[in-house]
Amino acid sequence: MKKITSILCAGAMMALCLTGCGGSASSGSAAASSSTAAETSSSQAASVSTAAVSGTVATGGSTSMESVIAALQEAFLELQPDVTVTYDPTGSGAGITGATDKTLDIGLSSRAVKDEEAEAGVTGTTVALDGIAIIVNNNNAVAGLSLEQIAGIAKGEITNWSEVGGADAPIVLVGREAGSGTRDGFESIVGVEDECVYSQELTATGAVIAAVASNENAIGYASLSALDDTAKAVTVDGVACSEETILDGTYKIQRPFVFVTNNSVEPSEAVQAFIDFATSEDAADLIRAAGAVPVV
Amino acid sequence: MKKAKRAKGFVETFMNGVFFVAGMTAIFCVLLITVYMFVAGLPAIRQIGLKDLLLGQVWASTAAEPKYGILPFILTSFFGTLGAVILGVPVGLLTSVFLSKMAPARLGKLVSSAVELLAGIPSVVYGLIGMTVLVPLVASIFNLPSGACLLSAILVLMVMILPSIVSVSVTALNAVPPEYEEASLALGATKTETYFKVSVPAAKSGIAAGVVLGIGRAMGEAMAVMMVAGNVANMPGLFKSVRFLTTAIASEMSYASGLQRQALFSIALVLFVFIMLLNAFLNRVLKGGNQDEQ
Repeated sequence: MKKITSILCAGAMMALCLTGCGGSASSGSAAASSSTAAETSSSQAASVSTAAVSGTVATGGSTSMESVIAALQEAFLELQPDVTVTYDPTGSGAGITGATDKTLDIGLSSRAVKDEEAEAGVTGTTVALDGIAIIVNNNNAVAGLSLEQIAGIAKGEITNWSEVGGADAPIVLVGREAGSGTRDGFESIVGVEDECVYSQELTATGAVIAAVASNENAIGYASLSALDDTAKAVTVDGVACSEETILDGTYKIQRPFVFVTNNSVEPSEAVQAFIDFATSEDAADLIRAAGAVPVV
Repeated sequence: MKKAKRAKGFVETFMNGVFFVAGMTAIFCVLLITVYMFVAGLPAIRQIGLKDLLLGQVWASTAAEPKYGILPFILTSFFGTLGAVILGVPVGLLTSVFLSKMAPARLGKLVSSAVELLAGIPSVVYGLIGMTVLVPLVASIFNLPSGACLLSAILVLMVMILPSIVSVSVTALNAVPPEYEEASLALGATKTETYFKVSVPAAKSGIAAGVVLGIGRAMGEAMAVMMVAGNVANMPGLFKSVRFLTTAIASEMSYASGLQRQALFSIALVLFVFIMLLNAFLNRVLKGGNQDEQ
């Protein structure tokens, strides 16, 4: 008897929880268009915060954009509590496909939209740039590498620092785990996909920097924003990695973070408000904090 | 009177129920995990093929043509655990004999509390110290470009399994009837002879339990190993950067999707079956012999 009673109690509590969740979700999805935020131009984006809209924004795609989207999502929720922004990390290709076949409101891509993809009826809006710094130990004499040298090191063709103007010591390549956005970015830009000969694969940017800081022979890659003075960034083709060189395009190891939208779909107020917010100056600091370089 | 008795009987039944539920929780969890492991792990095995999965030597889960061979992980886990046991069991056993039989009371207390402390240190701390102290040390001693290798992982695991071996073995050695040892000493054996020829064999079953516990810990450890082993999917070599079964799951899980994710569950299933078989085997071999004697 007792057991049955307690099971019933637990069941009732669970049901309560579920109805609670269901209730809030349904009120969120009830699109009560109360204002006209879509009219605000991007220059007046700050005013987005005052015009309340509701609805859902389905985004998905690039896994590298996770931290940027998470930061935007969180801040946007404070501005527009009635808008639910979802994010499905499926990869840049899937993000663009999702925008093309209209299953996503905003497809996320960490590469520029290709011409043939644009012909299928989608437009890309760059919201941020991602710069990947090549880092070496502070005691390493090498100050700069060319893109070809970096590719050679990554592929294991160059194995000694003396081949690139450093001391006679073996090169230790430290990278990220398979599936990491930074790894994907580095390998695709340098052109060494699936060919890298790593001697360590670590699961966090901080761990890569720590490994490079503790090994004089190490070379690794990390997002520009994560850099500190425990390791030094080398110049790539003579250009130092900084926000300015990424913005003006002279620093090579960078890629755009793109919002992809379908041309034939009129964006809902919620979608437009989110895009306006992401490209506004308010979002710039968030994007910077999330590890990317804002474009405004 | 009657009422009080009935109330007492009710409390008794009720508490029985509580104990029953508590006991069932563990069994329920084991069953749930087992069923889930098989349900989640089998689809990828079916898709990749058991032979290609278990005997494939290349793991490239995100390549254009993905390859899901986990033989490097299996061998690394095997050799890593073996190495930790080979180094850890003698040290642990000698520590136990010292603590149980030889140590002066005060020193013994100090050493055993130190060992207990070792058991309480979180594995991430082992990993952190391994990464900042042990890995550079291994690199400089053996003149390696990078110290993140199987050897570093073995050394960390060795320290981590010591507390399991020592605490269980000490209990077993303390439980050996003093008459055995007194008889041995009376027959003219030295103290050392007595400890190793009488006490240790008499406590064999308990020491074996400690070793099994240690092996389980070494096989299942992920965090500390991930920070010192380098995590590259190489075939194992003492000075090579390697990836264990546990770290293979932990390092790729956060971004994995599709077949890659399913393959990670398959690795978990392999690890699960591996540990189950190992436990069953060791329990039978190490403890079974002792039961026959009794």
